[in-house]
Amino acid sequence: MKDWRYWLADQRGTLLAVAIFLVMFATYVGNHPAGFTANVVQTAANKGVLLAFVAMAQTLVIITAGIDLSVGMILVLTNCLASWIVVGTGMHAAAGVLGVLAAGLLCGAINGAIVIYGRLQPIVATIATGALYFGIALMLRPFPGGSVHEGLADALTGRIFGVIPASLVALAAVILLIWVPFRRSQIGRTAYAAGSSETAAYMSGLPIRRAKFVAYTLAGLLAAVGGLFLTFFTYTGEAAYASGSAYTLFSIAAVVLGGVSLYGGSGSAVGAVFGALAFRTIGDLLFVFDFEPLWQPLFQGVVLLLAVSLGALGLFRVRNRLEWFR
Amino acid sequence: MSDASMERFHRLPKVLRRADPAVLTAFACILVLLAFGSLYSANFLSPEYLLQQLKVASFLGVIATGMMLVILLGHIDLSVPWVVTGGAMMACAVTAFGPVATVLAIPAGIVFGLAVGVVNGFGVAYLRIPSMIVTLATNAVAQGLMVVYTGGFSPRDTATGAMRYVATGALVSGVPNAVIVWALVGAGMVFLLTRMSFGRAVYAIGNRERAAYLSGVGTRRVVLIAFAVSGALSALGGVLLAGYASKAAQGMGDAYLLPAIAAVVLGGTSILGGKGSYLGTVAGVILITLLQSILSVMQMPEAGRQLIYGAVIIAMLLLYGRTPAER
Repeated sequence: MKDWRYWLADQRGTLLAVAIFLVMFATYVGNHPAGFTANVVQTAANKGVLLAFVAMAQTLVIITAGIDLSVGMILVLTNCLASWIVVGTGMHAAAGVLGVLAAGLLCGAINGAIVIYGRLQPIVATIATGALYFGIALMLRPFPGGSVHEGLADALTGRIFGVIPASLVALAAVILLIWVPFRRSQIGRTAYAAGSSETAAYMSGLPIRRAKFVAYTLAGLLAAVGGLFLTFFTYTGEAAYASGSAYTLFSIAAVVLGGVSLYGGSGSAVGAVFGALAFRTIGDLLFVFDFEPLWQPLFQGVVLLLAVSLGALGLFRVRNRLEWFR
Repeated sequence: MSDASMERFHRLPKVLRRADPAVLTAFACILVLLAFGSLYSANFLSPEYLLQQLKVASFLGVIATGMMLVILLGHIDLSVPWVVTGGAMMACAVTAFGPVATVLAIPAGIVFGLAVGVVNGFGVAYLRIPSMIVTLATNAVAQGLMVVYTGGFSPRDTATGAMRYVATGALVSGVPNAVIVWALVGAGMVFLLTRMSFGRAVYAIGNRERAAYLSGVGTRRVVLIAFAVSGALSALGGVLLAGYASKAAQGMGDAYLLPAIAAVVLGGTSILGGKGSYLGTVAGVILITLLQSILSVMQMPEAGRQLIYGAVIIAMLLLYGRTPAER
């Protein structure tokens, strides 16, 4: 087989996600009264990138065959934190941004330490740490409020040269600065190997624990980037339980749509990003086709259920029934 | 186990020797909590207060019973929040269809949970989708259904007399009906797990589904039924809650997912499945309820409650819920 065919087989999930997104977005723009203008794209981008960051975070952990049910709560926590510290003069706000990112890293590192060195199951452990992070968020912001450095917020949510949405540029920068180096490093390859077959990875002498720890920690960082952008969009901090759990749920949906295997070991954060953008476009589609807004949660739930059921198509390839049980 | 520790093991009284250390730890923690609570308030140890705690615990107990069955299989049911809410809402809603429907309020709520549970079980057992994902998705669908239902027109949300009686009345004076319901559900689950082949199959699947399948167990059917039972029990919990609060409200189930999982896991049931006893779940439920009660007696704000709650669960899991070290 030629090189490009290997590449195609490897990237099938990601390419499918890109295709789904393009079709959905074209339908959306085609039916939008304003058409394909910079304004429409900017609004769509700003809505989509939040989920895209959280979906990238979830991808890193799912690749190692784990799961992080606290990503949404890290987003909420960093949102509340940012509404306190990303204020004041330019220098002060910049330090605040670093502080928020450090808080995200710390949350992720706590998850990683508990799951890997504490040997607890990721599901239960991250539900519990999620409660912990939400508690801290509530302490920071018992009531919605706070503010954010407006110059920075407007710069990152506006348009560059009046055309390109700045939030998309930020998303691309994060992919290039965090995801690509991770994917190409030994740690990243180990994360894939550990998700695919932990025993084999161990036998090959790969640093499994370190790789998993890095994956959980970076997931915290990416969720914090999401929290930062949430603050830039809303100008406030709010400790909303419903919003945190919705982001966690949608991140898993985006990852599934993005072609990342929930059993670990395959998929790409780029796919998850397009999965997230596609998932957000569902809501926009309902809008342009004049659906009752009330139906949106049901519609999203049904799409999610159908998307995860697509995984069942693989059952047709199973020759031996014992392969049902992994 | 080494010979020395074996010998020490045999010197313990028979009851202690047979008991699961995790269950014993959970009961010890209950005693510690009771002692701690009595420092704060003198009537913490009064029979009335303890009975009240038991009544509050019974809602969580019914929900955790279903959760335990699913966790024993090595799966998890994250659809609890909206199945609880949906069960409560459906039970209240059917009263709009006349007196006959009012009698059927409780069954209607349970049927809603059963239906969601069957979808969960079908996805997990037949479509082989990870249980965490299916149940998250059905939770979203159940939420969507309830949003459409409550937003479209003004629904009936008042609990029927029967629901209020089951949740707050007392058939035998002094013993709340909710506790009797929990006891019946619990007795049923103990019978199911220890005396029926279904229960044996549940433990077998939790240990190794492949081996259970090769031994001739209809593993897919067992998993489907277990999820259906879990859904029905969650909805029953919701019906009881609606009777207790005398109305159904959106988001009333949100506060029950983490406690249900925590109660099961703190009771010594392995989250990987195949190991655990119902006695442990009872201990876990009481433990969680007492912890919540003490935090509210101390007038801890919501933020502090979430913090302590998460921290206590992680600490206890680190004490005895760790997976064995590989290699």
